[in-house]
Amino acid sequence: MGELKLMKGNEAIAEAAMRCGCDGYFGYPITPQSEIMETLMLAKPWETTGMVVLQAESEVASINMLYGGASCGKKVMTSSSSPGISLMLEGISYLAGAELPCLIVNVVRGGPGLGTIQPSQADYFQTTKGGGHGDYQVIALAPASVQEMNDFVGLGFDLAFKYRIPSLILTDGVIGQMMEKVIVAESKPRWTDAEIKKISGTWATTGKTKDRERHVITSLNLESEKQEIHNHHLQAKYREIEVNEVRFEEFQTKDAEYLYVAYGSSARICQKSVQLARAKGIKVGLLRPITVWPYPTVRLSELANQVKGMLAVEMSAGQMVYDVRLAANGKIPVSHFGRYGGVIPSPDEVLVAMEKFIKEGK
Amino acid sequence: MAAIEIKDIIKKENLVYGKTKILTDNIMHYCPGCSHGVIHKIVAEVIEELGIQEKTIGVSPVGCSVLAYNYLDIDWQQAAHGRAPALATATKRLLPDHYVFTYQGDGDLASIGTAEILHACNRGENITVIFVNNAIYGMTGGQMAPTTLMGMATATSPYGREAALHGYPLKITELIAQLPGVAYVTRQSVQTPAAVRKAKKAIKKGFENQDKKIGTSFIEIVSTCSSGWKLSPVDSNRWMEEHMFKFYPLGDLKDSERNSEEEYKKYIE
Ligand SMILES: Cc1ncc(C[n+]2csc(CCOP(=O)(O)OP(=O)(O)O)c2C)c(N)n1
Ligand code: SF4
Ligand SMILES: [Mg+2]
Repeated sequence: MGELKLMKGNEAIAEAAMRCGCDGYFGYPITPQSEIMETLMLAKPWETTGMVVLQAESEVASINMLYGGASCGKKVMTSSSSPGISLMLEGISYLAGAELPCLIVNVVRGGPGLGTIQPSQADYFQTTKGGGHGDYQVIALAPASVQEMNDFVGLGFDLAFKYRIPSLILTDGVIGQMMEKVIVAESKPRWTDAEIKKISGTWATTGKTKDRERHVITSLNLESEKQEIHNHHLQAKYREIEVNEVRFEEFQTKDAEYLYVAYGSSARICQKSVQLARAKGIKVGLLRPITVWPYPTVRLSELANQVKGMLAVEMSAGQMVYDVRLAANGKIPVSHFGRYGGVIPSPDEVLVAMEKFIKEGK
Repeated sequence: MAAIEIKDIIKKENLVYGKTKILTDNIMHYCPGCSHGVIHKIVAEVIEELGIQEKTIGVSPVGCSVLAYNYLDIDWQQAAHGRAPALATATKRLLPDHYVFTYQGDGDLASIGTAEILHACNRGENITVIFVNNAIYGMTGGQMAPTTLMGMATATSPYGREAALHGYPLKITELIAQLPGVAYVTRQSVQTPAAVRKAKKAIKKGFENQDKKIGTSFIEIVSTCSSGWKLSPVDSNRWMEEHMFKFYPLGDLKDSERNSEEEYKKYIE
């Protein structure tokens, strides 16, 4: 087992990156996640693991640096917050189109526009419904603790390489800034050239040797029939991920009559609210999606046969609630409670919303 | 005397010129009179002559040369419009013993990708940049480029480029030459055999500089776009010589004295 440390969520991301054998980090400062690059620059991993850390000129450059690094079969990552991720969307679409594995961290802040530096969950649509152009998905992991911030770096890379897809950690300023105990992983060395050849040798641009055809990383197909075939391939991969990689956690759902559905920091708030509700004799449970794409649709539609209603709690004006409604498919009432623009709801406030929902069905 | 037959001539010892193996046999999509094809050929020849095929990674742009990867038999990454220098930055830093180059048009490099090229050069990335300046957006059908000359008519400056409406043509190469991270900046062309030889020498030097780790090498090739300019191949060359060379004079803009990583470090300090 690894060491026990007290860390901020953002620091945990940086620490986990160095320990999981990440080859390169490319980023641009933005609150509330700048500690990730600051921690890396302070640690100077290029002197120990050989990991490259570079402050790019913009998020546009960072994401395209990921495209270059990932093309070489390297484990590369970036992090940003909402406005920066908006700038990256063209690049993310290219990465998805060219099927490049990489890790992107979004420590979400309140929008729209420059908005606020306070926490928010209003980038759910952007993350799970494309964001950039074209039919594509990224695997999106939503940590609810500093431990998970640490764990999902390695997991994100594993999934990215397993499916040749960008992985994204969708978190917010609460988890990024709060301090908790973390068991950090044992350090793994970076992949050797031979390992990269084994893992990505059929496609990575590592120099065309005599024993193989040249490798071309591109998302371009001038013939639409070929581009449709490529899209079929992508869609088949996405269906496979939907079958294999859904992750979620349930809290007091066994006898639940009503259900909170919440991810990330909202799930932490709802967990407390479940306890408050139970103390009052209201049978409430919580389902926490850990992957927001692929979404735990199947489990939620099962629960729709058990509970009398579902309340999606998000720090947004109501985005994930659409996925809850799709899963419930009209069987039971589904509603939304949210504070947004950087405001964090309290467990009591969430309970009041649940009581109102139980009474009024909305 | 017996008549000489063709089969007597086709012999190895009589061979004076051959197509480099780095060029594939794919039929190029470039228009007649386009400079891209010639530039591809000399980049390919340089890669063969230096024996670096196995260690070279090209980054193609968005522009007419987006499909460069069909023509040079090396590993390629195809970048988003303007972002090639960002891809090349990461690639070179992660594979420092490889030769990494970007191949970019004027719209790609000097308009949408201005930030990426300036910052890659300013960081002194050890890469080679091939900048094909034909003063127009060839791929999208001949719209105005940042390098379009004053008075030049294009699809989006149909009455000719005028400063009040369109701003001035951008001498990005002169800007790049100011940056301490850049080791070598030159402006060449490929309209005559002599020019081709000089341009090839410049490209070779650009690749060789990657061994020395002395910063970015930047090679502009003033080029023609016969389709975009709506001129015949011959007239395009003439027009380029008469008009383009006046505003974009050929020759070296910078050839830093430094010859090694140590000298480069000293220079920076
Ligand atoms: C983000 C984005 N904007 C616009 C385009 C459309 N586009 C494709 S190529 C091009 C201009 C290319 O001109 P240049 O770089 O000079 O290359 P050339 O074709 O002249 O060689 C444009 C604007 C695009 N592909 N992506
Ligand atoms: S449009 Fe211009 S740049 Fe493009 S291939 Fe034709 S001549 Fe070359
Ligand atoms: Mg052009």
